[in-house]
Amino acid sequence: MIRFDNVALSYGPKAVLRNVDLAIPAGAHVALSGPSGCGKTTVLTLAAGLCRPAAGTVRVEAKKIAYAFQEHRLLPWRTAAENVNLVLGDTAATMPQALHWLDLLGMADGADLLPAALSGGMRQRVNLARALAYDGDLLLLDEPLKELDPSRRDSVLALLREHAAGRTLLMASHDREETEALAEQVLVYRDGQFLSL
Amino acid sequence: MAKSLGALAFWLGVWAVLAVLADRPLLLPTPWAVAARLVRLAGTADFWHVTAVSLIRILLGAALGVLAGVATAVATGRSRFLETVLSPLLSVIRATPVASFILLVLVWVGRDILPCLIVFLMVLPVVWGNVSTGLAATDKQLLEMARVYRLGRWQIAKRVYGPSVAPYLLSACHTSLGLAWKSGVAAEVLTMPAFSIGRRLYESKLYMEMTDLFAWTAMVVTCSILLEKLFTALIRRLGRRRSMGGQET
Repeated sequence: MIRFDNVALSYGPKAVLRNVDLAIPAGAHVALSGPSGCGKTTVLTLAAGLCRPAAGTVRVEAKKIAYAFQEHRLLPWRTAAENVNLVLGDTAATMPQALHWLDLLGMADGADLLPAALSGGMRQRVNLARALAYDGDLLLLDEPLKELDPSRRDSVLALLREHAAGRTLLMASHDREETEALAEQVLVYRDGQFLSL
Repeated sequence: MAKSLGALAFWLGVWAVLAVLADRPLLLPTPWAVAARLVRLAGTADFWHVTAVSLIRILLGAALGVLAGVATAVATGRSRFLETVLSPLLSVIRATPVASFILLVLVWVGRDILPCLIVFLMVLPVVWGNVSTGLAATDKQLLEMARVYRLGRWQIAKRVYGPSVAPYLLSACHTSLGLAWKSGVAAEVLTMPAFSIGRRLYESKLYMEMTDLFAWTAMVVTCSILLEKLFTALIRRLGRRRSMGGQET
């Protein structure tokens, strides 16, 4: 369950969120939509506990949070497989599981490559594999299909949909196809608030 | 490699020409006289004993300086209070001439320990400064990722901070090796512990044995170069191992 009450946040003089209220029940699949810079990523960051609101309260009830970041955030000195394995306990015993997730995302061939040797789309798939492998009960996805080539979108969407079943999903995207495929409810940014369509 | 050897040969040639032209072996011996003396010295047990003791003394000081530098950088990185308290100390140690340190510390500790302590004091701020920069430059987004995925402190230190700071630490170690030799031998010259290259250098100067002075200096330079090569090879090897992966079992 995610609950935002009167949440406000500014970056310097720029107010990003103004008195935002959100109530996402456990198991719901919700997408945030709106123009760039409207605060979609900030909502995910607050939900993940990576920053605190300047005003208002954020309550998140989740045992484990899996977050597919917009900027991949892969350790540059670790291979794709090692990056996924990192969240699984980072042992030799968990490596087959990491490879399994990479395989599901069509990254079996790139498992031994460092992020610098991967394309943007491949890095995004490793980012997604890491989030899915973590098995969180809350799944935060920030522009999950960004940089993926069109031939992969359907299979990745299907995998995300299957994985999100029974979990709470909060995603940020301006891709309508992606939000319609994954979310039951789309909250659109209007005048500092995320409103239900 | 060929270029380096060519440059070395050129400067040896310059030295030889100057020595022959000056024709004053007491002031400037020829390279072949120095080489012959070095070979003779190398045939004695005392030469290797003295070199080994100086080497151990200097390396021990450098190793302790590296450890203390890393520990201090971690402590000041974690505590603003410690950073405020210790930063002026870092500036003072950096700005103090090595000769002042040697003479000051000589009053407090024995001459056998002093070169080791001086090396420690010279290396510590270099490592501290570099590692602090490395810690501050660690990608905040990667640290956030580690927080979300609940990596433990040890995992974050090993998997995120370690590789981020490693280039800064290696650069500090590289600089420190040269610094350690220079300051360590200088401390030995001024304090003259029983078995030390510094004492041999001082005695050579005292008895106007310039060939010995050059031979011992050549030994110091050779040791410094060999250590640097050894260190570089070690780092390359570690780098190769890291790029091959390394999972815990």
